[in-house]
Amino acid sequence: MTSADTHINVKDSNGVRVIEFCDRKILDELSISELGGELNSAVDSQSGANTLLDFKNVEHLSSAALGMLITLDKRIKDKKGVLKLSNINPQIYEVFKITRLNKLFEIHESADKALASF
Amino acid sequence: MAKPDPHNEDTFREIQVKSTLHAAKLPEKTILKDVENHGFGPETTFAIKLALEEAMTNAVRHGNANDPDKSIRVRFAVSNECAVIIVRDDGPGFDPDTVPDPTAPDRLSQPSGRGIMLMGAYMDEVKYRDNGREVYMLKKNGD
Repeated sequence: MTSADTHINVKDSNGVRVIEFCDRKILDELSISELGGELNSAVDSQSGANTLLDFKNVEHLSSAALGMLITLDKRIKDKKGVLKLSNINPQIYEVFKITRLNKLFEIHESADKALASF
Repeated sequence: MAKPDPHNEDTFREIQVKSTLHAAKLPEKTILKDVENHGFGPETTFAIKLALEEAMTNAVRHGNANDPDKSIRVRFAVSNECAVIIVRDDGPGFDPDTVPDPTAPDRLSQPSGRGIMLMGAYMDEVKYRDNGREVYMLKKNGD
């Protein structure tokens, strides 16, 4: 699922849904709202609930984005799946640390390591 | 017109925008350009951008209660030493001490309530003035 007007790329890797962000900034609430809708659709429309969210393109985010991730995590847990995160750059990882969300989410250095852990 | 001085609020530049999420993005470009022109590095710029975004979102959503007829006033001044940004909304104000700690175990999985904490973590000084209608943020040029 990729097109010019979407914010994410979705692919399958051995039964794990791998989602990459197209935007470098997951920042303002306007794009968060659109992005959240796309993420929910991706989670709802495909079989299997395990999901990897890869941040390799992301250079900035806001607390609204963190809220979106928490909501997505709950949605995936409701489907008996697991959400893991990967490739978070050091600046953004610091945001997770400050808010202690590094304790809530399972975060891996790379997509490969995350995929191997499912 | 006097050169903007972060230590003299009479000299600050001012941008007023409508209280919508779209309009709230508008001051960022001007302020970050000013920050860049004064030699702030990427980590400091990241911090200012994050704090400004949180302050503007709070102003739209909480201060002005999503009322597009209200406005947000942003005043700022940047020098080679520091940047000061003051964001003011038209709302009734609030007491920041009553905002719960988002890192408390029972609140960790709440989707909202982290903006104030992030502003405090990323800026060197954050003060709430006029009963919380106005937030003053200072960031030193440090990286």
